[in-house]
Amino acid sequence: MRRDVLSDDRLPAQRVALVDLLDRLLAGGVVVTGDLVLTIADVDLVRISLRALIASVDGPFEGP
Amino acid sequence: MSDSGTYLYAVASESVPVDVPGVAGTPVRTLTRGALVAYVSTVPLAEFGEEPLRHSLEDLDWLAETARAHHRVVEEAARVPVAPVRLVTVYADDDQVHELLDRRGEEFLAVLFHVTGRREWGVKAYAGQAAGPAATPVNGGDPGRPGTSYLSRRRESLRGREQARRLAVTRAEHIHASLSRLAVASRRHRAQDPRLSGHDEWMLLNGAYLVDVGRDEEFAALVGSLGGDGVDVRLTGPWAPYSFTVLEPG
Repeated sequence: MRRDVLSDDRLPAQRVALVDLLDRLLAGGVVVTGDLVLTIADVDLVRISLRALIASVDGPFEGP
Repeated sequence: MSDSGTYLYAVASESVPVDVPGVAGTPVRTLTRGALVAYVSTVPLAEFGEEPLRHSLEDLDWLAETARAHHRVVEEAARVPVAPVRLVTVYADDDQVHELLDRRGEEFLAVLFHVTGRREWGVKAYAGQAAGPAATPVNGGDPGRPGTSYLSRRRESLRGREQARRLAVTRAEHIHASLSRLAVASRRHRAQDPRLSGHDEWMLLNGAYLVDVGRDEEFAALVGSLGGDGVDVRLTGPWAPYSFTVLEPG
């Protein structure tokens, strides 16, 4: 097994693979609706973003 | 209508200093209401309004930069239990965030209680070469009838592939079930597209697990023991509890 991140030490954000981050930021987190300027529930954020990613990524991708 | 909005990153019950810039380089501040603290930034609606966002979200550079800025703030705030909010949650003004904390305070407190003393770990499992179908069929077919031989080889190969697929799915379920027993909560994210992950191997499992802090090492050891036999298992984390703070919209 390879460990991407050490358990006792949070790695700087730039070392986190973007794709792992987007799994969480686009499918996780508290979703609140109501008086939002943009109601995320109205937009299929995951679909849009994956389309953007796939269109932009050519070959192996790691975060900068 | 105002030309700025309030971007919400996370909600906690204890405030810690956040010294990193927020999205679009904006300073991060806190709003306090009752027992809850919200981490927010004032953002220009020219960039974070509904229409601009629809376009920006299709722009990988913008998305990456915004996701990383959001994550940096959450990581800073996550030195104490925190409920991260989904990317690009923008309110018209601070009052609306106050109103949110008033209206859904009980739910936020319940979520924060659930993640206290626990951390999220990511586990990804990939099927390597060894788990794939056999390169050559076991049965060579009838040498006297090349057409039949080809078809039988083809059938054999498809059967092999289907069998390998079934085995891999079963293996992923076993890994997920084993990890879920040790975790307080678990969740499966959709498998990552190989074009994004940079892994050619087939992703069997993209799991998230909420684990008691005292059991981190035990969890890591279990993850290690579940790999092998052609399955590559990778651990990421600890993460702020992104995958375990989903409130129902309301």
